[in-house]
Amino acid sequence: MAYLELKNVSKAYGTGKDRVEVLKDINLTIEEGEFVAIVGFTGSGKTTLINLINGLEFPDEGEVLLQGKPITGPGPDRGVVFQNYSLLPWLTVAQNIKLAIDEVYPSASKNEKKEMIEKYVGMVHLSHAIDKLPSELSGGMRQRVSVARALAMNPKMLLMDEPLSALDALTRGTLQEEIVNIWGEDRKTCLLITNDVDEGIVMADRIIPLNPGPEATLGPNFKVDLARPRVIAEINKNDTYKHLRNEILEYLIAVGASRSSQKTTQYELPDLKPVMPGRIKWGLRKKKEKLEYF
Amino acid sequence: MKERILQLTGIQAFLAPWISVIKGEEVQKNVQALLKSYIYPLLSILLFIGIWHAGATYLFSKEATAKIEKARAERGDAGALEMQNCIISGDVSCQPNTLPSPAKVWDAYLSLLADHKIISAKKDAFDLKVAKTNEKRIAKGQDPITYTGRPSFVDQIKTSLKTVFAGFLLAAFIAIPIGIVIGLSTTLRTSFNWLIQILKPVSPVVWLLLVFMIVKTVMSDSDMDKSFMISFISVGLCSMWATLVNTSMGVSTVDKDFVNVAKVLKLSIGQNIFKVVLPSSLPMIFTGLRITLSVAWMVLIAIELLAQSPGLGSFVWEEFQNGASDSNAKIIVAMFVIGMIGFMLDRIMMVVQKMMSFNK
Ligand SMILES: Nc1ncnc2c1ncn2[C@@H]1O[C@H](COP(=O)(O)OP(=O)(O)OP(=O)(O)O)[C@@H](O)[C@H]1O
Ligand SMILES: [Mg+2]
Repeated sequence: MAYLELKNVSKAYGTGKDRVEVLKDINLTIEEGEFVAIVGFTGSGKTTLINLINGLEFPDEGEVLLQGKPITGPGPDRGVVFQNYSLLPWLTVAQNIKLAIDEVYPSASKNEKKEMIEKYVGMVHLSHAIDKLPSELSGGMRQRVSVARALAMNPKMLLMDEPLSALDALTRGTLQEEIVNIWGEDRKTCLLITNDVDEGIVMADRIIPLNPGPEATLGPNFKVDLARPRVIAEINKNDTYKHLRNEILEYLIAVGASRSSQKTTQYELPDLKPVMPGRIKWGLRKKKEKLEYF
Repeated sequence: MKERILQLTGIQAFLAPWISVIKGEEVQKNVQALLKSYIYPLLSILLFIGIWHAGATYLFSKEATAKIEKARAERGDAGALEMQNCIISGDVSCQPNTLPSPAKVWDAYLSLLADHKIISAKKDAFDLKVAKTNEKRIAKGQDPITYTGRPSFVDQIKTSLKTVFAGFLLAAFIAIPIGIVIGLSTTLRTSFNWLIQILKPVSPVVWLLLVFMIVKTVMSDSDMDKSFMISFISVGLCSMWATLVNTSMGVSTVDKDFVNVAKVLKLSIGQNIFKVVLPSSLPMIFTGLRITLSVAWMVLIAIELLAQSPGLGSFVWEEFQNGASDSNAKIIVAMFVIGMIGFMLDRIMMVVQKMMSFNK
């Protein structure tokens, strides 16, 4: 049985005229221990997809099954690395991670918790910054804390929403390696959202493009048959790599182009009526939107 | 820490140009900064005093002329001359009763200080005298004898500050917990909204009367200081609304990212409140507290005046009814003192408020 299974999942936001069909008929299966990457354009619904799996959102149609059972909400079996780190700015690195540990190991002693915190902070090489506040860290360091916090829940599955998108290429490379190493240690199931094809190829077993939205669907699977450990500088010259990379890029360019040619722009003309002097309308004015305190 | 406080209060920015000029850095730029932050404000103060002085002189001469004319009408030219001489001589009995000039206010200020010195000397002497008796009384379980003479101006300030802090703490202790509870639940918020909206604009006077009705009954057989209780409770009730509204708003509008984190980490309700909701709404709560303190100080004077409880408010009222020659000047002194204390309280709260805001 697949570890995670999405069956004909559709998701829309808003109601009435503002309704946007973000995802349409998404089918996805991920096996236990697999590392899957999803690449897609910005705004195509990647975060929405992650939220359906971590239990923050629920599908309008279809079902999301975790080990055969529908997801009813967030759980410690799925660790999440949010796109914008989402560290609590008033807590230090250690305290942010302790929050996760407190919930997963409520009965652990103070010392045990401290050891665990140190272990996870060490895992992302931030021991020197353990007592700093997020505002005192660089973007890359914050992202590492976010990874450490997700790992600290010791989840079976790691959901990462563009965890490295804010980083420069060099830092990105080392963090990619770190994440892959951590994954390699105890083979967590991983779902990585990214907008960088190379990142997907270096890290994942399988790459699936998310077609641009609205009504985004998943594209074909691209298996990554490259031996690990993969070092970007070396596999750069590898023919399989080059071939795969081209294939995915061509696919993305093709769907991007077809989507933009399908787009029909409708210009809505403003409804203009001349206001004549001397004709004052009496009656209630149109209600303005008010900011309400309660 | 010390530096941060200096920076937050604005003292650092205030002193910086001096320091730089003395050190000889960028003299021209800093001299300009000095002009801007010292000379111009100083000029505006002088201008203010000048206009005040001119106005007061005009009012004085108008009132004096009226007095002389009145005397002339009643007692003829001799009476008018007598009145004129009396006014010129500065005799207290016949001074025109009008807006006092800056110099008179300054004199009143000095006399209030001198008065305070005399009264505190008396008080010390009294304490010394009864020290032995008090020891015995305490040993026997009786209340010590305390000085019951007239309070000085400085004593009145202290009483007012005590009352405002008691009221402020009461407001905080009522408004913050209720605000949190209401903020957490949309149902509670909509159900109690009407009550908050109706009670918020109620005037301090009405609160005072309401509190008076209740306290009078509740404490009919206790020997606590009733007028203090009444005034600080009224101050608290008048001023707590800003904190209540701000707290509930801060609690109900936590950043969606933080809410998501709390959900994904499956935080318990307690953890959620103390680690996520409260810290994220602290800046708003403190903004509310700052408004509360300034409202508390403002209504305090009116409430003291009405409740006849000791403090700056009753000082002003007594001086007004007293009608002595320097009463008006003393009222103006009280006005400036009230204003400056209000300003200082606001500055203190501003520093606290800024320290509570976190960098994202
Ligand atoms: N809570 C929401 N309410 C309404 N619309 C939403 C909401 N969240 C997302 N959307 C819409 O859904 C679409 C997909 O958003 P989503 O955040 O999933 O995109 P994304 O692929 O993660 O983009 P990015 O790469 O920029 O992070 C967008 O058009 C967005 O406007
Ligand atoms: Mg996203």
